[in-house]
Amino acid sequence: MKRETLEEKLYTVKFKPDAESHLVVKQPENCVACGDKHGRPCLTFCPAEVYEWEGSKLAVRFEGCLECGACRVGCPYDNIAWRYPNGPLGVTYRFG
Amino acid sequence: MDEEKFDAIVVGAGPAGSAAALALARKGLTTVLIERGEYPGAKNVMGGVLYRRMLEELVPDFQDQAPLERPVVEQRIVLMHATSAVTAGFKDPGFAGPPANAFTVLRAQFDQWFAQKAEEAGAMLLCGMPVEDVVRRDGKVAGVRTFDGSELLADVVIVADGVNSLLAKKLGLRGELQPNEVALAVKQVISLPEKLVNDRFNVTSDQGVVMELMGSATAGMAGQAFLYTNRSSISIGVGCLLSEFVRTGKKPYDILEDLKQHPYVAPLIEGGEAEEYMSHMIPEGGYDTMPRVYGDGFLLCGDAAKLVNVLHREGSNLAMESGRLAAETVAFAKERGDFSAQTLKHYRDALEASFVLKDLEQYRRLPHHMEQNPALFDFYPRVLNEAAREIFTVDGTPKRQKERSAVRRILRERPMLRIARDLYGFWRTVR
Repeated sequence: MKRETLEEKLYTVKFKPDAESHLVVKQPENCVACGDKHGRPCLTFCPAEVYEWEGSKLAVRFEGCLECGACRVGCPYDNIAWRYPNGPLGVTYRFG
Repeated sequence: MDEEKFDAIVVGAGPAGSAAALALARKGLTTVLIERGEYPGAKNVMGGVLYRRMLEELVPDFQDQAPLERPVVEQRIVLMHATSAVTAGFKDPGFAGPPANAFTVLRAQFDQWFAQKAEEAGAMLLCGMPVEDVVRRDGKVAGVRTFDGSELLADVVIVADGVNSLLAKKLGLRGELQPNEVALAVKQVISLPEKLVNDRFNVTSDQGVVMELMGSATAGMAGQAFLYTNRSSISIGVGCLLSEFVRTGKKPYDILEDLKQHPYVAPLIEGGEAEEYMSHMIPEGGYDTMPRVYGDGFLLCGDAAKLVNVLHREGSNLAMESGRLAAETVAFAKERGDFSAQTLKHYRDALEASFVLKDLEQYRRLPHHMEQNPALFDFYPRVLNEAAREIFTVDGTPKRQKERSAVRRILRERPMLRIARDLYGFWRTVR
């Protein structure tokens, strides 16, 4: 099989996006400090690349979240408030 | 507020929750099974190998009705390096049964069926309802509150909300998971015509193969990859300790793509079509990181209680067994009319007496050991491949000289004493 990009992978996933984010950065200044101290690991380990560094702050693309919980656990600052999307929204696996 | 009260509320319609709800409903207890996904399995992922024995206890004829993929008749261990692989395996068509030992499954499908069995037995299934917190009355857990603020009351709450178990946290049973106690796994389902699966894996339609891949499969990180045959698809994925991803800065989906391009794997999935990509965490901290599994008015089951046997990649069977044992304890508590921690402790005792905690206790040192011994995932797979290449290359060098040079090459990198210590250490850890 041809090497696939993450975008191609995510294209196969069924999402029912919530209107509000279920992922919230608690203290944005921690993300600034994290750059030098820890290299912002969430940017690389998040399996859906939900987090993107926008020069001065973290952008959170929660609509494509796979709800694994890794960002909450792996954040060096425990800086992600993590809950489930409302109702049956969010990722909906067909195979699992 | 609606003061209708159930005998039991089960949070999470995965293997643990549905097993508990099914067993409770069969005992005539009024049971509600709450699931946050649109349907049971909508949020659930595993490799997925499902073992017969524990499910059979609950649904003796499940083989005739459950959405199973293939009975597993062959198990391969694949130690990978750059372009090569050293493999070991065991195949016996007898494993296909009946009764079969294990099956590959797709959880979004299997979990719907299993929850339906609980429904048929009389449990009430509520989907699309994330549970936000427990409801406490007189210091005891007396129900749950869902995301929309509604409250459901019961004598006991069975917490089976998976690895992230927000409820276990709300109950104060566990702090945050630690990055070196959870594996982060990504997986893809790749469809392939049934006949092609049969031909490529040398099996018939009612036989399946599972492979665990180590070494370059995880880029040397503590973890392993897997490749399982479904009826007309392949499940392929990689899981490593989250701390390893944090340490290395490697991206899980890049590791998965590298694996798919490896010469041992690529021909197996060639021509396949990517159907779905998914991700999930696995609680791998083992026995010593388990939270308390009972208290006044509640019990913890499955991944929420961290019941995973890492060495044998077992989880769903431990989940089902824990769900069933929890149901038995609840029935006993109902007889006594007492749902206090003192009575519900019977559940912990039952887990201790079963294979669930016997196995986890036996391997309690393993999670720590794997983290402390990166050579298992990097050095050993690599040198075994190098040694095999040297031995199997026919180039006119006398065999004795080849053997010596292969051994010398290994010892140059890792002295004999160190290797002896590695082997002894691993043996001590799992014996």
